Amino acid sequence: MINQVYRLTSPGVIDVACTTPDITGSVLLRPLYMSICKADQRYYQGNRSKQALKSKLPMALIHECVAKVEFDPTGTFKPGEIVVPVPNTPTEDDDVIAENYRLSSYFCSSGHDGFLRDYVDISPDRLVRVPENTDLKIAAFAELISVAVHAVSRFDAFSHSRRDVIGVWGDGNVGFITSLVLKMLYPQSKVYVFGTVYQKLSCFSFADGTFHVDRVPDDLYIDHAFECVGGEASRYAISQIIDRISPEGSIGLMGVSESPVSINTRMVLEKGLRLYGSSRSGVKDFEKTMEILSQNPQAINYLETLVGDVVTVRTVADIHKAFASDISRSFGKTIIKWEK
Amino acid sequence: MVFAAVLAGGIGSRMGNIDTPKQYLELGGKPVIVHTVEKLFVNDRIDEIIVLCPKSWVAHTKALVEANLPAGKKVSVIEGGETRNGTLENAIKFIEQNYDVDDDTVILTHDAVRPFLTHRIIGDNIDAALEYGAADTVIPATDTIVESGDGKIISSIPNRNSMYQGQTPQTFRLKLLEQVLGELTEEEKGTLTDACKIFTIKNRPVYMVEGELFNIKITYPYDMKVAATLLKGKDSDD
Repeated sequence: MINQVYRLTSPGVIDVACTTPDITGSVLLRPLYMSICKADQRYYQGNRSKQALKSKLPMALIHECVAKVEFDPTGTFKPGEIVVPVPNTPTEDDDVIAENYRLSSYFCSSGHDGFLRDYVDISPDRLVRVPENTDLKIAAFAELISVAVHAVSRFDAFSHSRRDVIGVWGDGNVGFITSLVLKMLYPQSKVYVFGTVYQKLSCFSFADGTFHVDRVPDDLYIDHAFECVGGEASRYAISQIIDRISPEGSIGLMGVSESPVSINTRMVLEKGLRLYGSSRSGVKDFEKTMEILSQNPQAINYLETLVGDVVTVRTVADIHKAFASDISRSFGKTIIKWEK
Repeated sequence: MVFAAVLAGGIGSRMGNIDTPKQYLELGGKPVIVHTVEKLFVNDRIDEIIVLCPKSWVAHTKALVEANLPAGKKVSVIEGGETRNGTLENAIKFIEQNYDVDDDTVILTHDAVRPFLTHRIIGDNIDAALEYGAADTVIPATDTIVESGDGKIISSIPNRNSMYQGQTPQTFRLKLLEQVLGELTEEEKGTLTDACKIFTIKNRPVYMVEGELFNIKITYPYDMKVAATLLKGKDSDD
C-alpha cells in the first residue's frame, strides 16, 4: 500500500512523500485530531541548530494525536476503536530503565516521522484505548497530559512524604497540566503556581494559589517543586525554586532549554535537594492518563479551556495555517482536525 | 454496502514495448495493482472488493491477491468486459448475483493504475455518491484546454477556471448506475466510455470530489518514473 506522509523538508516547507507500510503486521490508524507541540513548532520555525535540522529533516511533524483504528491484521483492535498512539518506540527490553529514557528508543517527530500521515502504521502494543465519550479535542493532546502524569509519577517515587505545598513554576500548557494532575492525584496538597503573566495565571482557577514571580510573599515556602518554564528563563525559575524550597525537597525539571543552565549548587548541597529530569512518557503513563481522565470529569472541564483554535486540514496550505495560528498563541493548544 | 471495483482491464498499449499490462509493473517492490487494492482493502468503509481484469490475467491477479493481502475482507477477481462500460456491467452483475442490493448500495470504481489515492478521496466519494447519486474525482485544470474538431485548427478555448481534469474514483449508487447504463443505446455504449459523462448527458447530477495532483494515472513510461520518485519521497509537492 502506498501511504502519503506530509514531511517538513526544511523550515516552513511541507512536501508529500510516499511510503509503503506493511499491512500484514501493523495496525493502521486514521488520525482524527492532532495537536501542535512546541517542539514541532521549533522545527517548523527552524529554531533548532543547523546540525539538528540537517540530521532530522525531512520528517513528518506531530506526536500528539487521537486516531481511529482503520485496519488491524493482528486482531487486537476492532475497526472504529478510538486510540491514542504512543510516539515513543522502544527497540529493546530493559527491566530498570523506563522506555522513554532508553537511548535506543525512537520518538515520532524527532528523527522519525510523526503523525501527519494518511495512515499511521504502528505496533498494537503502542496503542492505548480512549474511554468512551472522551472529547477527542482533549484526547488529541493526551500525550502532553501523559508527560505530566509521568513527571508526577517520578515525583511520587523521588520525594519525601511531606507534601503539604507543591510549587509549579510556569504558566504555560505544561505548567497548567502538571498542576492540574497534581491537584487530581494529591487533593490534600496545596498546589501553588508561579508565573509571569497575570492573564495566564488567572486560568489556573483549580490551584490553591497563583503568584507572579516578582511578587512572592516572603514567608512562602514549598516542600517540592516542578520547573515547567524551559528556555533561557528556566535558570531564573530554578534559582527561585532553590530559594523557596524547604530542605530535602525535590525539584522536577521539565522545561527544555537549548542552552546549558547554571544552577546554584551551593544551596542544592546545603538544603540537600533532589533534582530529577523528566521527559516524554511511555505506555503506562498513557494508560494512567486515560484512567485519570475517565475518573475526573472536573479535570476534563479544566482541560477544555486549553483547546484553542481548531483548524480543519484538507490541504498542505491548511497545515501551514495551523502552524501560523499556533505561533501567535501564548496559551492553550492548537488542534488540527485531520481531513487531509 | 460499499463495493470497490478495481478496473484493471487495460492492456497497456501506451506503455511502449512493455508486454506486461501497466497495472502489473512493479513499483516499490510490488505490482501497481497490489498497492491500489491494498489501499481499498484497509479502508473501513469498503465492505468488499472486486478486481476486474483481462481474462488471461485473472489467475495471475488472484495469485497476487492471495500472496499480498491478509485475511479480513473478501477480494474477488473476475473478468472485465470488452469496453469500460462492459467492465462496469460485469461488476454490477457480479454484485447482484452474489449480494443483496438495495438503494443505498454504493459502487466505487477506481483505476488499477492509480495507486496513490487517499483515505479522504475514498471517503468523500462515498459520502457524495450517497448524497448526490454519483461522484467524480477531479482536480482544477492547470494547463489551458484547447478544443479542436479536426485536430488542426482550434475551434474553441474554454475558460480554464471552469475546467477540471478527471481522475478516479468515480462512485455511484449501484442501482442508479445500472439504470443509467440501461438507458444507453448500443451506439451510445460504444461512444460514451465515461460513466460520469453518461450521468451528465442523462441530466443526472455528478458531484465533484477534490482529487490530488499526485493521484496520477500510470499510463506512460514517464508516469512510472514520476511514481517511483514519489515513492522515494523526493521533490514532490502538493
